[in-house]
Amino acid sequence: MADHEHKFMKYLRKERLPHIFCPGCGDGIVLNTIFNAIEMSEVDFENISMVSGIGCSSRIPGYVKCDSLHTTHGRALAFATGLKTANPKQDVIVVTGDGDATSIGGNHLIHAARRNIDLTVICINNDIYGMTGGQISPTSPQGSYATTAPYGSTDKPFNIAEVAKAAGATYVAKYTTAQPIQVSQAIKAGLENKGFSFIEVVAQCPTYYGRKNKIRSPVEMIHWLKDNTISLEQAKDMTEEELEGKIITGVYINKPRKEFVEALEDISTKISDIDPDTNINRAYRSE
Amino acid sequence: MIYINEDLCKGCFICVDCCPMDVYTPSKELNQKGVHLPIPEVDKCIKCQLCTLMCPDQVISIEDD
Amino acid sequence: MADKELFVQGNEACALGALAAGCTFFAGYPITPSTEIAEVMSRKLPEIGGHFIQMEDEIAAVGAIIGASWAGQKVVTATSGPGISLMQENIGYAVMTETPIVIINMQRGSPSTGQPTRSAQADMMQTRWGSHGDYETITLAPSSVQECFDYTIKAFNLAEKYRCPVFVMADEIVGHMREKITIPEKVEIIPRQMPEKTDNYLPFDAPENGTTPMPSFGQGYNIHVTGLTHDKRGYPSTDDEETHTQLVTRLCDKILKNTNEITSIETEFLDDAETIVLSYGIPSRSALTAVKQARQKGIKVGYIKLGVVWPFAEEELIELTKNAKRIIVPELNLGQIYLEVDRVLGKYAKVELLSKIGGALHTPTEILDKIMEE
Repeated sequence: MADHEHKFMKYLRKERLPHIFCPGCGDGIVLNTIFNAIEMSEVDFENISMVSGIGCSSRIPGYVKCDSLHTTHGRALAFATGLKTANPKQDVIVVTGDGDATSIGGNHLIHAARRNIDLTVICINNDIYGMTGGQISPTSPQGSYATTAPYGSTDKPFNIAEVAKAAGATYVAKYTTAQPIQVSQAIKAGLENKGFSFIEVVAQCPTYYGRKNKIRSPVEMIHWLKDNTISLEQAKDMTEEELEGKIITGVYINKPRKEFVEALEDISTKISDIDPDTNINRAYRSE
Repeated sequence: MIYINEDLCKGCFICVDCCPMDVYTPSKELNQKGVHLPIPEVDKCIKCQLCTLMCPDQVISIEDD
Repeated sequence: MADKELFVQGNEACALGALAAGCTFFAGYPITPSTEIAEVMSRKLPEIGGHFIQMEDEIAAVGAIIGASWAGQKVVTATSGPGISLMQENIGYAVMTETPIVIINMQRGSPSTGQPTRSAQADMMQTRWGSHGDYETITLAPSSVQECFDYTIKAFNLAEKYRCPVFVMADEIVGHMREKITIPEKVEIIPRQMPEKTDNYLPFDAPENGTTPMPSFGQGYNIHVTGLTHDKRGYPSTDDEETHTQLVTRLCDKILKNTNEITSIETEFLDDAETIVLSYGIPSRSALTAVKQARQKGIKVGYIKLGVVWPFAEEELIELTKNAKRIIVPELNLGQIYLEVDRVLGKYAKVELLSKIGGALHTPTEILDKIMEE
């Protein structure tokens, strides 16, 4: 079998497979696009570290054969900020979900974006809390059902890509799991952007979102994603009412500016002769 | 050739749906894990690799003969 | 370079201690009365190529230092009561993942926002079990500006040795007080150990009651670090009773079974003491004065100061107080460490609380009066 494995099996902690994702879960598709993007980009897989919070999507780094930090709910970006700053030579990918990134972790999201720290954040948005069994999330469409919204959600959902853009991210794109090529290209662009890159991938959760909202199979859910997807270009001429429930895909912003760690280290080089890189792994030195 | 990793397949049929050439059909029989595996018709395959990107469980390997 | 003398604040001394211990990373959030630590670090760290980040809140501060610790740096944050409450979640994560971090808490009047500019020792139980779950941490309590410097260094070394969060629990008085301190020419530093990279490397394969060398991210170890119950590979194993029992027991035992190695106790006049004043942190200053005054009056009273409060030096204290009939515990709270003293020593002696809250320190006279009560 080893000779005929999936082309990305070499990047996976094979001994941990099959992964915990439900049949037809979008997380596994995004996992493929991450490897696809790394292969397409200049980035070396050996140089990748991954960080995540809590939730289904946050289990992804645990399956990847790299240094991976599976942290607390919502806090992945805070941990990643320390990890990247203390060793900026690593390419740090953060995998998060809609609840993790925008509910409990909303504050960390806007501040990491504001700082423009060089992280590639992949936010898998399935419009629901999957790990805890199907509760409403900040991106659940108005009127959609969840175990904690038995009469349908009353809240206006976030368009997370807009939030990240408004907060200062320098690369933001949004696609769905029905667009794996576009997702791969967006992650590649994110990896190559020296700054805060945010790729939102709207994904199917057949088990909870699908079941609660009568979209009964993974395949049906992927069709549902496709049917509701429009491009940023198309969205321009649409009214607020027409846009309701639509997934607006495309590159929201690609506008580089000074990166956070670089800005910090510019100060160091200005006021001292010490190269900040000499502090990488300094904990192991005895002087 | 198309190789299906029976140990990893969860039977979601995304491959069946996404393939532009309709290469896959679900098996009639359940396997030991209770999954209808996708049965490929290799001759139809144009090696676009879309299924390997869309398969959430890293089940499929499409290789040159 | 010879020893250096400085006249500084406790907060500054903590910052200088951190730098002397090899700290190159600080992430924090401003809060009275600890803010000066962040201010000093923001000025000094860039000078040594280190990094200072003012985070969006204290939750993020601890997250960031844990991240930086896994990138191979020695890290610290500083806060006070409301901040230490927010930090608890990620403190538990540091415990579970065995990440060396140092947290300095300049305690202030509480609960809630309480008395930002007044002193207290009311967060002492929070450093022990403030986060959810069974765990043990190490807590030091400086009573002077010199100890702010010395204990902070010690905190860094203990964090490395035991791979756990270590708290420096000072208070508003020590933090804002200025005293002369000596910065020694040479400071003993415990460096982190990089593990050997073998084919079957197990990052969490630690001996019973102990720890194992900690690798750094980006060095090819490809380790997985998680707050979930994990096996020796670091992989989640959340349903296995034995894995959980072994992990959590070891995390506690690596502290508890090494209590005698970790703790430090200062004593005076214990030989014939019938009454002992047992204190930690700033009340120790008044306690020692009161004990000396009582001695001048011919009262057989002794003095014990806990430099390390957690783990609690149970065995050593039983030994030191075996001839005492009465133990007085002055604290700037309504009785926290008193409960622990009573639990350990209450069956051998009468343990009495001398509580004070509101922001001011016990005067020596108040402690002397308590000594004279019997």
